[in-house]
Amino acid sequence: MSSVADATSPDLRAELTGSEIVLKALVDQGVELIFGYPGGAVLPIYDALFQQNALRHILVRQEGGAVHAAEGYARSTGKVGVVLVTSGPGATNAVTGLTDALMDSIPVICLTGQVPTHLIGNDAFQEADTTGITRPCTKHNYLVKDVRQLARVMHEAFHVATSGRPGPVVIDLPKDVLFAKGPYVGPEAVKHRSYNPRRVPEQARIAEAVDLLMKAKRPIVYGGGGIINSGPDASRLVTEFVRRSGFPCTLTLMGLGAVPAADPHFLGMLGMHGSYEANMAMHDCDVMFAVGSRFDDRVTGRLNAFSPNSRKIHVDIDPSSINKNVRVEVPIVGDVAETMKAILAEWDRRRAEPDRKSLATWWGQIESWRARKCFAIAQGADVIKPQYAVQRLYELTKDRETFITTEVGQHQMWAAQLYRFERPNRWMTSGGLGTMGYGLPAAMGVQLAHPDALVVDVAGEASTLMNIQELSTIVQYRLPVKVFILNNRYMGMVRQWQELLHGNRYSESYMDALPDFVKLAEAFGCVGLRCARPGDLDGVIREMMANGRPTVVDVAVDEKENCFPMIPSGAAHNEMILGPSGKDSPGRPVSEEGMVLV
Amino acid sequence: MPPQQPIERHTISVIADNEPGVLARIVGLFSGRGYNIESLTVAETDASEHLSRFTIVTSGTPMVIEQIKSQLDRLVPVHRVRDMTLGGPHVERELALLKVVATGEKRVESLRLADVFRAKVIDSTIQSFVFEITGATDKVNAFIDILRPLGLVEVSRTGVAAIARGTEAM
Repeated sequence: MSSVADATSPDLRAELTGSEIVLKALVDQGVELIFGYPGGAVLPIYDALFQQNALRHILVRQEGGAVHAAEGYARSTGKVGVVLVTSGPGATNAVTGLTDALMDSIPVICLTGQVPTHLIGNDAFQEADTTGITRPCTKHNYLVKDVRQLARVMHEAFHVATSGRPGPVVIDLPKDVLFAKGPYVGPEAVKHRSYNPRRVPEQARIAEAVDLLMKAKRPIVYGGGGIINSGPDASRLVTEFVRRSGFPCTLTLMGLGAVPAADPHFLGMLGMHGSYEANMAMHDCDVMFAVGSRFDDRVTGRLNAFSPNSRKIHVDIDPSSINKNVRVEVPIVGDVAETMKAILAEWDRRRAEPDRKSLATWWGQIESWRARKCFAIAQGADVIKPQYAVQRLYELTKDRETFITTEVGQHQMWAAQLYRFERPNRWMTSGGLGTMGYGLPAAMGVQLAHPDALVVDVAGEASTLMNIQELSTIVQYRLPVKVFILNNRYMGMVRQWQELLHGNRYSESYMDALPDFVKLAEAFGCVGLRCARPGDLDGVIREMMANGRPTVVDVAVDEKENCFPMIPSGAAHNEMILGPSGKDSPGRPVSEEGMVLV
Repeated sequence: MPPQQPIERHTISVIADNEPGVLARIVGLFSGRGYNIESLTVAETDASEHLSRFTIVTSGTPMVIEQIKSQLDRLVPVHRVRDMTLGGPHVERELALLKVVATGEKRVESLRLADVFRAKVIDSTIQSFVFEITGATDKVNAFIDILRPLGLVEVSRTGVAAIARGTEAM
């Protein structure tokens, strides 16, 4: 709850309808674009939308697509993504996207229609207990029963969605409240009473951190999505720290782009499908500097074997992320940019010099791991290796302003391993929730925010089908989104686990009746391209890039290719499998305990 | 995971906005993340500011207890979270209403024990008593155990309310 300042200026006293308040609040919050789908309960808002020009509405084809589009928009711009859906099924369809945004800390405001207040609880048509359903999958939610509270709630929601650890906020709007008239107050009049997270770190902790960093013999910087969320300054400052200290740096799936991939200090992504050098360095380091990362199970592997000999510094804006999975010696609650500023200032004040001699030995060790070239593949003349397709996509698109989204599965990991991100906010993927069907709508949101950029959804054929209806949206708005399908006819990651864990029993992971993606694309009004031979790949990618139209590229890839390196569930970082069995892999890759882990 | 830590019992006080759904948020946090609630007491404690106070008795390893507090603290309507168990000396009390149905010697004995435990009789018929007892959880447990063979048929208890000793206010 907040205090609302007295409405003193005359225009603030003018009463507006609930719908007008909603739209005015969005405009005052700097929103330009909303993603939505109409229905009975939100008709008053759609009517108000029709009568204004300040907000652009993007009509998606399913509400789930609206939330992912808003996520893509938010992740690629640093702004809030806004969604408008109706009551009941509109709201329940949004639930997956909301959970996705919660897991990946993406600021999203989702306005849901609701049946009129006097019908709430009566099992009315298209009624669902939206605040009840979305309570565990949002950062916060509101049911507005009184139009006089509406403006305050709208502004408060933006504060909650964007401050601290960002996340999705739902505002449930009963239809009668949208028709009722009430006062409007601007964003400046609303101050939150209880929710004001800390941004600036404690100086004492900064000093402790610098003490540790200066003495480190085998340090590593382990950065995550929090760097991206903190803003471009945070990426710049982390990169500056890495360069000045000469420390090696690895990034999580969500953190890719925070430090340029071309920087020699960058060891690649870490975790289950991370690089050999990144994971070995994490295992053997003596000081770990975790920045905006959260020790997710995909990163740590077996917890009791995770980086056993290191002292750890953990920077996170969310105190509940600290000491959740892994106990750390120096916890720092704060915004990444603020914290890095303080660390660099302290570093300068002390004229800090890292232990260059130990660092040189450490880099020697890292280079020997690097020399294993864990991502190397042998591309033959007949069948396209999926990794090769990603590499070619990177080589041909790297000189253009390119944004990559992904679906979920093997193709996602290959894109993370092999596409090289030089800047933040260029990489949109569903990391925490692992939502198949994320990439196409997310690409739509990215393209709307960056109309002249090249936006490619690196996809799998199974994931793409989960939100394929959004091809219709990209055609309607003439968005030249590229869907680059690595088609192996399997749910590849499921198949890979079945091979490694379940004795090659490919239970229900093969798709017997896939559509003809070229014809499918054409039916929607997109361009459809196909490629089956390695020699044709460059030509097809160039054609895709040049046509300026929404395009689906169906790349037939090696059906049995597995994603390596891999830390099997329940294993430690130094127990990676580097390649297909027989080569660098233990006889039984997965322990009994590992089997029960996901 | 670090070597098995001991399970500890903690009493946590929370001040939060008294708004619809706030109890569901707190309870949902515990069930969703697999934490225990041994008892939970809540009522509005400041009507003008619309604030409620929750007293939650929970158990877990020190790492889990720390998580519980951080997770509670980041709920948007929550103003303050305090670990009474770690926060210095404090007092805990709960109230229980106990119904005993008995005649003859058992009835007389229950009344005698009520006196020993400083429980009050707040209702009686010729076959029954309702006792009211206030005290720390252990004392209430002891009284319940002792009444069981004497015709105890019903128990209603409030759960723990806690407050710090001394001048400091939450």
